[in-house]
Amino acid sequence: MSFINYSSREINCKIVYYGPGLCGKTTNLQYVFKKTNPDQKGKLISLATETERTLFFDFLPLALGDIKGFKIRFHLYTVPGQVFYAASRKLILKGVDGVVFVADSQIERMEANIESLDDLRINLNDQGYDLDKLPYTVQYNKRDLPNVAPVENMNKLLNPGNVPFFEGVAVTGPGVFETLKNIAKQVLTELKKHY
Amino acid sequence: MSSSDLVMYEEEFRKIDEELQKLHQQTNAMVVFLVDKNGQLIASAGETRDIDTTSLASLTAGNIAATGGIARLLGEKEFTILFHEGEKDNIHISLIGQRVILVVIFDKRSSLGLVRLRVKKASEALVTIFNDIASKSEQEKTEGKLDESPFAEISDEDIDNLFR
Repeated sequence: MSFINYSSREINCKIVYYGPGLCGKTTNLQYVFKKTNPDQKGKLISLATETERTLFFDFLPLALGDIKGFKIRFHLYTVPGQVFYAASRKLILKGVDGVVFVADSQIERMEANIESLDDLRINLNDQGYDLDKLPYTVQYNKRDLPNVAPVENMNKLLNPGNVPFFEGVAVTGPGVFETLKNIAKQVLTELKKHY
Repeated sequence: MSSSDLVMYEEEFRKIDEELQKLHQQTNAMVVFLVDKNGQLIASAGETRDIDTTSLASLTAGNIAATGGIARLLGEKEFTILFHEGEKDNIHISLIGQRVILVVIFDKRSSLGLVRLRVKKASEALVTIFNDIASKSEQEKTEGKLDESPFAEISDEDIDNLFR
């Protein structure tokens, strides 16, 4: 649910990074945070456990710039990836405008990817959304590791709808901004259809 | 896109702002905020310069969402009031009309009783304003004419320019 404020001339949109535990959702946000101008970003908030596993969510507000005199702001959220945080994960999806699914490219994590994607569909349905109708981008993360599955295979498994996908290495940056740019563009294009 | 997109117009914003200013004064609070359930800050009154309002809005919404989750587990519809007491400052959070969250931060110059009383009054006024916003936005949507829509002439180039 985007928030269009004619009074302060602002448009706020919410993007959620979803994916299995340890796939790199928080790392994506950390990289965006690191590489963004200080005047464009707010604080990166992480509600995490002592071992740096996301407990509830990470949050990063970004100001992208102006369109027709309206300030465009994106609020980036991650969900806790671990299976047993299911209840909190569902809450973060409330009011989402666009979803990034971060998949772990390591072969042994394929099952976790599939499980997380199913979980995403179910949780979105519970909130009254349909993944096939939402702005949606996929990122195949950790491409720098030796034991990764070929992108073709991952696409077959995780991206049957053939939505835009990017190869990423969130730790060092490749693919991070490409992914963000793509989802932001989809969200704005979707808004354009409705207003 | 969800049909519940929140569109705020000048007129309603002014009314909301008035209500918040009034509440701020009457409660003798430090700051008063209004946040939507998804964590977007709508309006505020009081001294906000030293506060990271964006983060505060997002965390408050997370707080309400988590509490709502607990409520449903217990078979309650919602817990509408949260109160956190600190050494110096206190925070009173209340859910208004299932839609927005009113946050009052206060210290010993005010009291919980006063805040509760005034918040209740302000809530009623705010519910009416938000009902107006909802029906206005619904009406304009069906008639298909939003005044000076920022998206009317937006081009792919405009969107690309955001990322230069």
